[in-house]
Amino acid sequence: MSQELTRPLPRTWWLKKASYFLFMIRELTSLAVFAYALLLILALWTAGADASFSTFYTFLNSPVSVWLHVVVLALALFHTGTWIALTPKVMVLWRDDERVEPDLIAGVTAILFLMVTGGVLWLTLA
Amino acid sequence: MSDQTVLEVHRYLPDEDAEPRFQSYEVTYKEKWVVLDAMNHIKAEIDPTLSFRWSCRMGICGSCGMMVNGEPKLTCETFIRDYHPDTIKVEPLTHFPVVRDLVINMEDFMEKLPSVSPWLIPAEDEPLEDGEHQQTPAQVAQYQRFSMCINCMLCYSACPVYGLDSTFTGPAALALAQRYNLDSRDDGHGHRAGVVTAHEGIWECTYVGECTQVCPKGVDPAGAIQMLKLSYALDWAKSLVMPRGGRT
Amino acid sequence: MADAGMNRGSDRSAPLLWLLFAGGGTVSAMLLPVMVLVTGVAVPAGWMSESDLISLIRNPLTRLVLVGLVFFFLFHWAHRFRYALVDLGFSRLGRQAWLFYGTAMVGTALAGLAAVRL
Repeated sequence: MSQELTRPLPRTWWLKKASYFLFMIRELTSLAVFAYALLLILALWTAGADASFSTFYTFLNSPVSVWLHVVVLALALFHTGTWIALTPKVMVLWRDDERVEPDLIAGVTAILFLMVTGGVLWLTLA
Repeated sequence: MSDQTVLEVHRYLPDEDAEPRFQSYEVTYKEKWVVLDAMNHIKAEIDPTLSFRWSCRMGICGSCGMMVNGEPKLTCETFIRDYHPDTIKVEPLTHFPVVRDLVINMEDFMEKLPSVSPWLIPAEDEPLEDGEHQQTPAQVAQYQRFSMCINCMLCYSACPVYGLDSTFTGPAALALAQRYNLDSRDDGHGHRAGVVTAHEGIWECTYVGECTQVCPKGVDPAGAIQMLKLSYALDWAKSLVMPRGGRT
Repeated sequence: MADAGMNRGSDRSAPLLWLLFAGGGTVSAMLLPVMVLVTGVAVPAGWMSESDLISLIRNPLTRLVLVGLVFFFLFHWAHRFRYALVDLGFSRLGRQAWLFYGTAMVGTALAGLAAVRL
């Protein structure tokens, strides 16, 4: 009986091609989302007392915190960019027999993002 | 010499080889040749033992899929001049067992296609006297893209989820399910749920998107799967509110 | 044709978990960058004082929003990270759904508890 050859996928498959690598980075941006959720929990807990919140606020001013935020921001923006790009794939809209241009849907989503960002900044800082 | 093309071709003869190997073939560089032309030349003039699948040689039958320099390609549409003067490595489509040389075992794929019930399932019996189905261009447009699949399996080779778990239903089969779900003549959305929403169905997809990148026919199976996820997730949500209503 | 049944067996939870992932993905895509700008730039730059920030957080509406964000962020992470582990080859770990969604539930509960006590 002839033996068929099987070629199992190596665990490093995602390092072999740029598109695979970017995919994995995209998936791992979820860790940035997780980390920031922890920060929010911390903010809620320490806001209970002035003393604990002072420690939290001091931490936010530290270089460690700033660098962590830079990393999280980079990952968050990558997540936002890829999410905007996939919105037209999930939200397929039609105008009679023509599909609404996917780039238009992505563009509208991007503008929405900018408006939300501006809105929150104004609400928080103004 | 720049007027030669070197092909490194994967060889595996199960009755002779314990391990696969690569065999180097040198052919005259021809500007108009595709990889399939070179393969046929090799078989005809150099090594008749080389085995590979092909048929139409014009990108419609889906038979000649192989890995060319690590990318899944239809060899009848892959031009030597785009690689010249580099060596061209030809291997069998990844994620499938190899029967011999470049010939893969496609039984798994052949089982997956019918599993999504890729035929019209009408809402009710339609006697012939009622006449033919009528469809507007707009209705055809809804599913047309997903009907262009030539079953070449390049998407299965590109998909790491399938590579890791061959029980995954896979891009082509799921895109085919969506082709029928979106067809106005069809009412099989609920019937297909069993296979499409099983664990090995749409939920296993992590939207790598590589299937869409390699598809020679622009089917966009990744897009089809994301639409299926939203569609069936919303169906589930609706079923919470209206247990007996909504679409079947 | 009879409905073959949606989500048989172990995958009845899939639609809900995917919707939470998708909702969380949208919420985090839209809001995470600006929030990072607030806590990571505005605060160290001195555009938000300690008293301003604490009164903002203590505001009942903000508390509600923050708990909601924690919920969506964590459920988005849970689903995506779980499948990332599967794609990285750690399928046995990825199959322990309770680890990931459980963490998300605990985190949300912690946020909710903190918010209520403020």
